[in-house]
Amino acid sequence: MSEEHYLELCGNPVQFENASSVNNVFFDEANKQVFAVRSGGATGVVVKGPDDKSTVAFRMDDKGEVKCIKFSFGNKILAVQRTSKSVEFINFIPDLLHLEYSQECKTKNASILGFCWTNWNEIVFITDQGIEFYQVLPDKRSLKLQKSQSINVNWYMYCPVTSVILLSTTVLGNVLQPFFFRSGTMSKISKFEIELPVVSKPAKLSLSERDIAMATIYGQLYVMYLKHHSRTVNNPGAEVVLYHLPREGTCKKMHVLKLNTTGKFALNVVDNLVVVHHQSSQTSMIFDIKLRDTDSTLSVHQPVVPARSIHPYKIPLTGPAAVTTATPVPCELYSSTWSVFQPDIIISASEGYLWYLQVKLQPVVNLMKDKGKLMDFLLQRRDCKMVIVSVCFQMLNGPDKSNLSVIATVFDKLNQVYKEYLEAEQSYTMAVETGQSRGNPAQKRPVRTQAVIDQSDMYTHVLSVFTEKKDVSHKFITAVLMEYIRSLNQFQITVQHYLYELVLKTLVHHNLFYMLHQFLQYHVLSDSKPLACLLLSLESTYPPAHQLSLDMLKRLSTANDEIVEVLLSKQQVLGARRFIRGVGGHDNISARKFLDAAKQTREEMLFYTIFRFFEQRNQRLRGSPHFTPGEHCEEHVAYFKQVFGEQALMKPTAS
Amino acid sequence: MATGAQEKQYPPSLLNFFVYNPKFGPKEGEEEKKILFYHPNEVEKNEKIRNVGLCEAIIQFTRTFCPTKPAKSLHTQKNRQFFCEPEENFWMVMVVRNPMIEKNNKDGKPVVEYQEEEILDSVYSSVLQQCYNMYKLFNGTFARTMEAGGVDLLKQRLEKFFYRYLQTLHLQSCDLLDIFSGISFFPLDKMTYLKIQSFVNRMEESLNLVKYTAFLYNDQLIWSGLEQDDMRILYKYLTTSLFPRHSEPELAGRDSPMRLEMAGNLLHYGRFLTGPSNLKDPEAKFRFPKIFVNTENTDEELHLIVYKAMSAAVCFMINTSVELTREFCEQLDSLVGPQLTLLASDICEQYSINRRISGPEKEPQFKFIYFNHMNLAEKSTIHMRKTASVSLTSIHPELMKILGDINSDFSRVDDDEEIIVKAMTDYWIVGKKSDQRELYVILNQKNANLIEVNEEVKKLCATQFNNIFFLD
Repeated sequence: MSEEHYLELCGNPVQFENASSVNNVFFDEANKQVFAVRSGGATGVVVKGPDDKSTVAFRMDDKGEVKCIKFSFGNKILAVQRTSKSVEFINFIPDLLHLEYSQECKTKNASILGFCWTNWNEIVFITDQGIEFYQVLPDKRSLKLQKSQSINVNWYMYCPVTSVILLSTTVLGNVLQPFFFRSGTMSKISKFEIELPVVSKPAKLSLSERDIAMATIYGQLYVMYLKHHSRTVNNPGAEVVLYHLPREGTCKKMHVLKLNTTGKFALNVVDNLVVVHHQSSQTSMIFDIKLRDTDSTLSVHQPVVPARSIHPYKIPLTGPAAVTTATPVPCELYSSTWSVFQPDIIISASEGYLWYLQVKLQPVVNLMKDKGKLMDFLLQRRDCKMVIVSVCFQMLNGPDKSNLSVIATVFDKLNQVYKEYLEAEQSYTMAVETGQSRGNPAQKRPVRTQAVIDQSDMYTHVLSVFTEKKDVSHKFITAVLMEYIRSLNQFQITVQHYLYELVLKTLVHHNLFYMLHQFLQYHVLSDSKPLACLLLSLESTYPPAHQLSLDMLKRLSTANDEIVEVLLSKQQVLGARRFIRGVGGHDNISARKFLDAAKQTREEMLFYTIFRFFEQRNQRLRGSPHFTPGEHCEEHVAYFKQVFGEQALMKPTAS
Repeated sequence: MATGAQEKQYPPSLLNFFVYNPKFGPKEGEEEKKILFYHPNEVEKNEKIRNVGLCEAIIQFTRTFCPTKPAKSLHTQKNRQFFCEPEENFWMVMVVRNPMIEKNNKDGKPVVEYQEEEILDSVYSSVLQQCYNMYKLFNGTFARTMEAGGVDLLKQRLEKFFYRYLQTLHLQSCDLLDIFSGISFFPLDKMTYLKIQSFVNRMEESLNLVKYTAFLYNDQLIWSGLEQDDMRILYKYLTTSLFPRHSEPELAGRDSPMRLEMAGNLLHYGRFLTGPSNLKDPEAKFRFPKIFVNTENTDEELHLIVYKAMSAAVCFMINTSVELTREFCEQLDSLVGPQLTLLASDICEQYSINRRISGPEKEPQFKFIYFNHMNLAEKSTIHMRKTASVSLTSIHPELMKILGDINSDFSRVDDDEEIIVKAMTDYWIVGKKSDQRELYVILNQKNANLIEVNEEVKKLCATQFNNIFFLD
């Protein structure tokens, strides 16, 4: 059976000392750091970052149980919360005093729910009565209140990527108030209400922070709400409701993800996909909000593919404990001790691991039968190129070969993305050109994502390999090539000549000359010198190729020399002379070439005519009918004298 | 002139048409066995034998001068005979009565004057060759029939085919175009052409029985999956016989979408030109004409399905080993109908856009005939649209004959040539041959001289033929 586990835990987890009675573990989403605090810090604090180099270890005095601990950006200042009234700070900047300093919350009788760093020296306290925004002055070892806002808070949530803090307010807790922070400013974004499935009476806190998550999907910030339903006949189960939270304007309910089941869920966002883990079934499902089923403003989504569990994972044994005989231990997936953080982090505190969740595309390919939808899905993924290319190749080969209309759809989807990139690139180039003269700031160069599959990719990885296949009918090969060319044309993308050459070679290989002829007749294979030369070489097997080639050279209008060569090689000396005179190039042609060709015909009168023509040209250009030594025509002059006699040579006319 | 009113003109007409094989009755008294087909059938037996014998004798006699090239035609005062040996020992002969003028002599008695020189060998030899090609398209070779059912079957098929076919020969309107027997191609932009390609490929894939496809629009060819020679004769059949027969109901407005009332079915204009005229008819027969082609294999026998939506017609050719059922026809109809309708309106739209872009100056103001031997492309601004009955030309037959004469001159040499003729009245006729292409232009300019005529033709080439290599 083909691989179907489309989610996996990364192979190199961050390892830390597991949580125990003497070791408390904290996770900071902003810096993605795990803090292992032993005995309140007295026996050591070990901070592990996303990469191995960022490990920090230090000691601090045990001044009571640590509730929360976080570094500011760049590990400059450490903040530790031990009580509900104050937060302590320790400078980690060299040359500054390492002594702790403390800040109490300003609001009387308020208790601090937590804090978030929004910059290396800016911090926000969230209390049950509001938020307070401070600037930390590490050299003075004090804080300065920048701004505060009174508001009753049930709980809060912080999205470090966008610097947005979300506060749960009102008794029910379902009115969410977002704040946005940027370089010393705090701004309020309009609040919004989460629609609850049932309103409890008497009113009590009904929206838990467990059911809310924030993440950026396709560059937009969304508040994800896990809406639990009791499963009834007309209600198939829980759903995730996505509220789009723009920086300006109001928050709108945009997407509904149907989970079709009930129970305990956790959310991640990986590669712009919403991953919903379901604990009781030990499976996860993925949703892509860009795959639209309907065109209404509110889109309802079903899982992209059926739910599957995360790929089985074995804990690697590292360090001195790793004995060669010991086999890796299978890891318990969907464990109740797992904590899930945004966007893609899963932590097992009891085992001391932090994993990043990853999406594997090949299993999705195996699960998704609709190739058009599959392409829509793949084109949005980060590392999609080789998978797309392999899907294209499989689509044309073997038992799972797709039909032409599916192939056409897939080509159109690829070329749509390709075209968009080309256009962006073009307008960037234009902006740079015009911008330089006007001194405008340079526009950002468009990023070429992996989803841009251009002609050379298709040629190298798919089409050229496919046309070599022996077991595919030539009819199908031609149809596929034409379909690709049709799609490129439809998106007004200039087709590269190697594709035309591939078509031509395929047709020639199967002796389908008449088909080729028709394509050329309708200019489906665009004119180019290489193509014209290729055609010339076909003349011996397919005589009409000669005419096709000449026509093409004529249309190119830059190939007059080639036309003359072709005609002379066919001993059509007069034709060549008429042609070159017609395009006005007869003053520059080589007399020797023409005379050679004329001599080869063994027609004396033809030779005479051509010879006389050049004598007249010489007379007109230089005032004398004689050939110059540079023209190397001595041999021909001698031949002329031999055949027609010296007196036949043109006499210079006195002017 | 006074005589004009009393003159009566008779165009050339078919006198006899026969097929014989000298090997079939070599003994004396068995001459009748040689004759496989004779038109008109009413002719008395001995006369048939005499005529066949005469042809045999002429051919035999002329063979002594050139064994490989016996006589092709025999000119007499009253008629002209054309000989053709399309298959070994099988001879086809066509006897054409020369055109005549009936005048009253001074006594007021009618006198017939035969115009022996008015008809061209090349034209009628081609007509005869076409007769054979058309027969072969629907019946295969003589030899093949002989193998299948002997001389009786062959006679039967010849009778069946030529009885109808000869009635459609309109000898009076045969001309240069019959020599070319070319194909008119529909001018089309690349994108639309690629769409048609895509359509054809997809149809061939979906209806996986289809072996070859041809696509036409406005009776002009766009795509042929058949080889050139096969397409040439099939094109002739489609454009001079099948399409004209079906154009009348279209003109009468019966081409409205018939499927409107069919619930759940897409609205489309598709219909079968061969096979069942009405799919819903429970009595409908799913029989299609059979044709013989030599595209991939020699004498390949195929069903010919011609399906049309608006001005777009598709020919699907399917091996006769497959029996065509109602289900297949219904599948074809529901699959091809809607897509072809869409494509047809696409082509129509694109065509009118292109015409608007190129502008009226591109429209030819000259009368000309163009032919390319390489792809059989022909273009004529002299001929009106062909109908089942006649092909109308807009010029005097005298001029058409000059064109034919120039063509005969061209066919004698391989080199490029140019011939300029000053005809009676104010007409100039220019014939050009460059590589494999021929162009004939008719100019009507008062007092034009040779240089001016040459300039005019150059202008025509620059506007009409600027994208091909055509030597001035």
